Amino acid sequence: MTALAEAAPSRQGDLPVRKGSTRKRLVPYWLLLPGILWLIVFFALPMVYQASTSVQTGSLEKGFQVTWHFQTYWDAFKEYYPQFVRSLLYAGTATLLCLLLGYPLAYLIAFKAGRWRNIVLVLVIAPFFTSFLIRTLAWKTILADGGPVVHALSSLHVLDVTSWLGWTEGNRVLATPMAVVCGLTYNFLPFMILPLYTSLERIDSRLHEAAGDLYATPATTFRKVTFPLSMPGVVSGTLLTFIPASGDYVNAELLGSTDQKMVGNVIQSQFLRVLDYPTAAALSFILMAIVLVMVTVYIRRAGTEDLV
Amino acid sequence: MEQYESDSLSAAQLAAVRRSMTNGRGALTRRSLLRASGVGALTVGGLAGLSACGIPAAKKENGAGPSNADHSSQEKQINFSNWTQYMDISDDKKHHPTLDEFTRRTGIQVKYTEDINDNVEFFGKIKPQLAGGQDTGRDLVVLTDWLAARLIRLGWAQQLDPSHLPHAYANLAPQFRMPDWDPGRAYSYPWTGIPTVIAYNAKATGGKKVDSITQLLDDPSLKGRVGFLSEMRDTIGMTLLDLGKDPAKFTDADFDAAIGRLQKGVDTKQIRRFTGNDYTGDLVKGDLAACVAWGGDVTQLRSDNPDIKYAIPAAGYMTSSDNLLVPAKARHQSNAEKLIDYYYELPVAAKLAAFINYQCPVDGVRDELAKIDPALAQNELILPDRAMTAKSHAFRSLSEAEETAYEQKFSKLIGA
Repeated sequence: MTALAEAAPSRQGDLPVRKGSTRKRLVPYWLLLPGILWLIVFFALPMVYQASTSVQTGSLEKGFQVTWHFQTYWDAFKEYYPQFVRSLLYAGTATLLCLLLGYPLAYLIAFKAGRWRNIVLVLVIAPFFTSFLIRTLAWKTILADGGPVVHALSSLHVLDVTSWLGWTEGNRVLATPMAVVCGLTYNFLPFMILPLYTSLERIDSRLHEAAGDLYATPATTFRKVTFPLSMPGVVSGTLLTFIPASGDYVNAELLGSTDQKMVGNVIQSQFLRVLDYPTAAALSFILMAIVLVMVTVYIRRAGTEDLV
Repeated sequence: MEQYESDSLSAAQLAAVRRSMTNGRGALTRRSLLRASGVGALTVGGLAGLSACGIPAAKKENGAGPSNADHSSQEKQINFSNWTQYMDISDDKKHHPTLDEFTRRTGIQVKYTEDINDNVEFFGKIKPQLAGGQDTGRDLVVLTDWLAARLIRLGWAQQLDPSHLPHAYANLAPQFRMPDWDPGRAYSYPWTGIPTVIAYNAKATGGKKVDSITQLLDDPSLKGRVGFLSEMRDTIGMTLLDLGKDPAKFTDADFDAAIGRLQKGVDTKQIRRFTGNDYTGDLVKGDLAACVAWGGDVTQLRSDNPDIKYAIPAAGYMTSSDNLLVPAKARHQSNAEKLIDYYYELPVAAKLAAFINYQCPVDGVRDELAKIDPALAQNELILPDRAMTAKSHAFRSLSEAEETAYEQKFSKLIGA
C-alpha cells in the first residue's frame, strides 16, 4: 500500500494499487506546486500579516506592536455595523437583480442564439475591455439629474414610488441607494451570465425532448429539468457576484452619498485616511467571516459540490 | 519516499489530491481545493506567526536628518514623480518643453512619471520603503502640504541645501515662506498654490450668485445639489472661516463646531456628496449647483463653460500648496535641487503657470505670464493681488494624535 491510499481510504472500494515509479507519483505534487506557492505568497502570508495587524495597537510614529487587543474587533463592528448591513443588503439585491437579468440572457445564448451565440457572448464580455472605473463613471452621465433616463422615470412617476420606498431622493437617482445597486448590478452582471451560460450550455437538448415526450409543459420542463441542471451555474454565478460586490467600494464612492457608504469605503478610509491599520484589518476579517458563513450556509442549502 | 508525502501535506490536502487522481473528471472541485489549502495555510501560518509581525516605529531618531549618498555627479538623472496634468506639454503630447529645456541646459535626464493621483494612496505606496529606510526610487515628489508635513515630521524627507537654490530662495512668494510645518522652507518648495473657493453653475442656480459657506449649507434652493471636498483641511477650513474661526489657530471645540455645522447639512440632505476631483463633471452637468472647488479646476472649467462662476467668500478662503520634496535616501538630491531652482526662474515659472492654471508660488512672474497670455496674468486665482492674498488662510499643522482624531471625525461625517 502506498501512503496515499492509507491517508484516505477510498470511498469507491479498493482500487488496484499502481506500481508506478516514484517520479510518476510525485507528478501531481509538482503540478500543484505553482498553485500552492502562489496561494501561500499572495493569500496565506498577507492573511497572516493582516491578522497580526488586527490585534496590534500603536500609531504610525511610535510603531504598532502586537498586544492581542481583540477589543478592536468588537469596537469596529459596533461602530460600523450599519455599513456592514448595508453592504450585505446592496450586494444581495444586486446579486438577485443579476440573476433575474442574467438568467434569461444566458438561456437565450445557450438555446436560442444559434449562429449569433459567439457574437452575443462577446457582447457580454465587451464591457471588460474598458476599466471598471470608467464604466462606473459612465453611469454618472447616464443617471445625471437632467438626463433622459431620470426625465423618463420622473414623467412615468416611477421616481415617486422609489422615493416613497426610500430608494431615490426626490427627482434624482444619483447619490441614492438605487444608483449604487444599479452600478453594482451592471458591473457584476457578466460574472453571473458566464457561469450560467456554461452550465446551461452543457444540458443535453435530448432531455428537453424527453420531457416533451412525457407531456411536460415548457414551464414544467424548465422547473423540473432545466433549472435543477443549471444549479451549479446559479450557485457559482451568485457567489462570483455576491462576494466581490459585498466588498466593493467604487460604486458607493462614485454613485452614492454619505448614507450609501459600504464597508469597503470604511476599510479604505480607515486604512488610508485615518491610518488606523488595526481597525481596517479587523473590519476586513469581520467582512470575510460574515461572507464565509453566509456562503457556507448557502452552499450547504443549495447542495452542490461540483461548482462549475 | 513514502514519508515525503505524509510529512509535507496535511491529511485534507492528501485527500483532495488523492480524489483528484482517483475519482475521475471534476473530482478536484474548487471547494475541496480551497478547503484543503485553507487548512494547510492555517497549519503553516499558525497563530505563533501572528505575534512575530508588527510595524516598526516610523519616526527615526535623527539629529541632522537622514543621510544619503548623493550620486548626482556620477549619474546625470532624476526620477520625478508628479500628479497628472501638472506639467506643461507640447501639442503632440510627447514632450514637456520646460523639462526638455532643463535637460538641454544641465545634461540631466529627467524620468518624469505621473504616478500620483491621490495623497493618501501615494503615501500608502511609498510608506513601506520609507519606513524601512530604503530608497523609494524617486528623487523628487510633489505632495500636498499636510502630507509633506507628515513626511518631514517622520524624518522621511531630505533637508535641502539652500546654496543650491538661489532662484527659489529669492523668488518664492511671501505667502508661502513660513508654513508652520516647514518654516523657512528647509525641506520643501511649493510647486503650486491651491486656492479653495466656491464654484457654482449659474445655469443650475438660475443665475443666483453663491458666495458663502452659509449659503451653501442653508439656501433651500440648492438643496441636494451642494458638494464639499473630501479633503478634510479644505472643507473644514472653509467652514471654520465661515464660523469666524481662524484655521491657523483653532481648537478642538472649533473643529467639532465645524463638523457639527456640516453634519447638519448632511442630515438635512442639503449636501449631496463629498467629492474628490470628480466634482468637476457634476458641476458642469448641473448635478451639483454649487460646491467648494479648487482654483485650477475653476479656471479650466470656466474656459470651457461660461456658466461656471466662482466666488471668494467674504469670510476668506483657504490656500494650500503642493510641494516639491526630496524623499529620504534619494540617490540624486543635488540634481533634484537644480530642478527645483530651475522652476523658480521667472520665464520657466510663467510657462508652467500658463499651462497648469493653479496659483503660481513664484513672485514677480506677472510680466512674464502677460507675454504668454495677458488674460491669465490678470487671473486672481493664478496671481492673486495683495487684497486677495490678505483673505487667504492656511490650515495649521496637526500633531499625529490630532490628525488621527480629526480624520476619524471627518470620516464619520462623510459616511465612512
